[in-house]
Amino acid sequence: MADQNNAQDRLLTIRNLWIEGQSEDKWSPIIKGVDLDLNRGEVLGLIGESGAGKSTLGLAAMGFTRDGCRISDGTVEFDGIDLRNAQAGERRALLGKRIAYVAQSAAASFNPAHKLIDQYSEAPVVHGVMSKQQAETDATSLYEQMQLPDPGQIGFRYPHQVSGGQLQRAMTAMAMACRPDLIIFDEPTTALDVTTQIEVLAAIRNIVKEFNTAAIYITHDLAVVAQMADRIKVLLKGEEVEEADTRTMLSSPQEDYTKSLWAVRSYARAEQEETDKGTPVVSVRNVTAGYGDAIVLDDVSFDFYQGRTVAVVGESGSGKSTAARVITGLLPPKKGEVLFDGKVMPADYRSRDRDQLRQVQMIYQMADTALNPKLRLRELIGRPAQMYLGLKGKALEERVRSLLDLIELEPDQYIDRLPSELSGGQKQRIGIARALAAEPKFIICDEVTSALDQLVAEGILRLLDNLQSEFNLGYMFITHDLATVRAIADDVVVMQQGRVVEQGRKAAMFQPPHHPYTELLLSSVPEMDPDWLSELLKSRAAAG
Amino acid sequence: MSTLISILWFAVAVVGAMALGWLFRALVVAVLPQRRAHEMRKAPLTASFGILVILVYVLVAVFAPVIAPFGESEVVGGEFLPWDSTYLLGTDNLGRDMLTRMIYGARNTVGIAFIITALAFFVGTVLGLLAAVVGGWLDQGLSRSVDVLMAIPSLIFSLLLLTIFGTSVLSLVLVIATVDATRVFRLARSVAQGIVVMDYIEAARLRGEGKWRLITREILPNAMAPLVAEFGLRFCFVFLAISGLSFLGLGIQPPTADWGGMVRDNATLITFGDLTPFLPAGAIALLTVAVNFVVDWQLHKSSGLKE
Repeated sequence: MADQNNAQDRLLTIRNLWIEGQSEDKWSPIIKGVDLDLNRGEVLGLIGESGAGKSTLGLAAMGFTRDGCRISDGTVEFDGIDLRNAQAGERRALLGKRIAYVAQSAAASFNPAHKLIDQYSEAPVVHGVMSKQQAETDATSLYEQMQLPDPGQIGFRYPHQVSGGQLQRAMTAMAMACRPDLIIFDEPTTALDVTTQIEVLAAIRNIVKEFNTAAIYITHDLAVVAQMADRIKVLLKGEEVEEADTRTMLSSPQEDYTKSLWAVRSYARAEQEETDKGTPVVSVRNVTAGYGDAIVLDDVSFDFYQGRTVAVVGESGSGKSTAARVITGLLPPKKGEVLFDGKVMPADYRSRDRDQLRQVQMIYQMADTALNPKLRLRELIGRPAQMYLGLKGKALEERVRSLLDLIELEPDQYIDRLPSELSGGQKQRIGIARALAAEPKFIICDEVTSALDQLVAEGILRLLDNLQSEFNLGYMFITHDLATVRAIADDVVVMQQGRVVEQGRKAAMFQPPHHPYTELLLSSVPEMDPDWLSELLKSRAAAG
Repeated sequence: MSTLISILWFAVAVVGAMALGWLFRALVVAVLPQRRAHEMRKAPLTASFGILVILVYVLVAVFAPVIAPFGESEVVGGEFLPWDSTYLLGTDNLGRDMLTRMIYGARNTVGIAFIITALAFFVGTVLGLLAAVVGGWLDQGLSRSVDVLMAIPSLIFSLLLLTIFGTSVLSLVLVIATVDATRVFRLARSVAQGIVVMDYIEAARLRGEGKWRLITREILPNAMAPLVAEFGLRFCFVFLAISGLSFLGLGIQPPTADWGGMVRDNATLITFGDLTPFLPAGAIALLTVAVNFVVDWQLHKSSGLKE
């Protein structure tokens, strides 16, 4: 850490910052009096749950607030310039040139109608730093430093022609175009697979070091921030919980909240002993499936048993969600079949009878899109019970109430709410209640925790775990997060490019020897050790 | 000077309208029960003025025989009599009382326009949502037929159909409703296509829900906002279409009072600097504005936008 007393090194000073957001004609505080200091060349990690105000604070460091928000008090000073009171023109001269921003979703942030290199050269040309020619040569060299494949040519592609990880690196290169003093990274790797995440993290870290750029790195992933930041600041509901340099913070967090964040990753349920499993409740037999001519699943087989959780792991594109679609009957397979309780189920959901539909339920990744926003919880949860079990009136209401009790939401308070009146974690609980309402034997959980904060996700995992032991449910748990696998799985299926590369019991999967792909996945999961990334890269380089 | 005066009159009209809106809102808030009143309290003045105007139109239409001083097609005096105490708005080209005709016109024109719009919306929305839900051949068949219908200019098409089927009120309703349903179909289908890909529709399908329930409970509530906005706009267009057809002599047939026809019948008066023919036109314009005020408010509310 740089010397804090040396004013020469100070790049950004935020004092007693208050930001308010408008809702229902009222202004309520989002950031409540936060101080922040950043020296040249230093990386500050901002962590906290969603709604903690990380992104708002990150944007405020650029003197910017989202629509419907305002800075109500405090100062933001960047290299001697008062950003809060700066004229729009003055601020524009800084943004893109001396302060840059890398957004969470590169795919959504690039303009799909222009080539990467044209978007790259826009800022330097506008700010008069380089000519278009120079900018393009410069882009090539930065692309090379970001370890993008074929750096001379990749700039001439459109955003949809490169992968997500590459796009995120191209975006970082673009932010670097004017060699800014400060870059704000807003969850740049959250949307990426673990194996891709490593490459992006390494590239970002190198380039920030190389140009001695200061950075604010916003994330909810502790292990990631441990690799990237010199100092860590923990936020909770717009207030600072604590701040310390990375090693101190990791080894001895002071506040209870920080400790609870640290503890989440240690959740793991009790190992279930191998009992006589009987007939699998659902089994997938030699299934080959795909869209059109493209084969997404290639001769895949696995079994699910009642009372057990099978985690299906793999990167995006590995075919895990497609397997779920085959089981539910949304995508009839080209070859192979799906058995339920030992009997073959019709391939298309339209030809399945009510009971077959009832027995296989699904919980979706995005609770936002999985719940009809115009229906009240009474109907959302009640509908399956009404349809499948023929409940009406009083009995139906009783059932809905007991389901709400099961998912730990107070029935009187929640039964007439709309989904928009719930938090992310509560919505996901409603998704669970809806699946349970059908009284199924088997539930597919498709990335159910990946859109949630760690504390909330842990609550959902515990709930699923309890429900499983209570109702003897079989779970297919699709995830790309190995920490979740460790927490909840009994058995693991590892998939890559539409094939099962390895399957077995969890304990066996997490112990060597591994299949090379499993090894890659396992080693790519960030650990809390701040030296983890450096050592991993070293060992991978040594292995060639 | 005269421009100044007209600006002044305009300002007075706007202020008056807003004051009326404010009064009406205060009244409604006082009368309605707590829960509903809360929504109304937040309504903008334009919207409450719009609701007031629509209410007045509806009342006039419903109680036309009670309010009107004379019979609908009763000849009561000389032609083109000026405004006086007996004939408040004078008489028309056949000596019928203008005010009476205006009042009955509300019933005929607004009533028929509402029926047409409602019918067009029912048919267009159901078919549009069905096309989006079922897809495939049904979608292709419906959409391409609609494209063909839309390729023919709507006025010419209505004129053609009305010539073929004759100019009864029923054929007028059916013809304009058909033409308008094509526009509603397009909108409903494109809105629904964005909704059918959502996970909750997939969940409903996997639950084994039938198509009717998919359309009415899962898709329609989420497609309401753009449809309501379109309803307001469409209602005004239908209004204009009827009036236009009446003006051309193919709409509502005399002696039934109709605002479009009344403009045509009394158009000669304009030459003499008499404003009477503008009254039915003004009645149409006022209702159009009022409907759009209300629709804008509803749209704003459902979109969740902040000012």
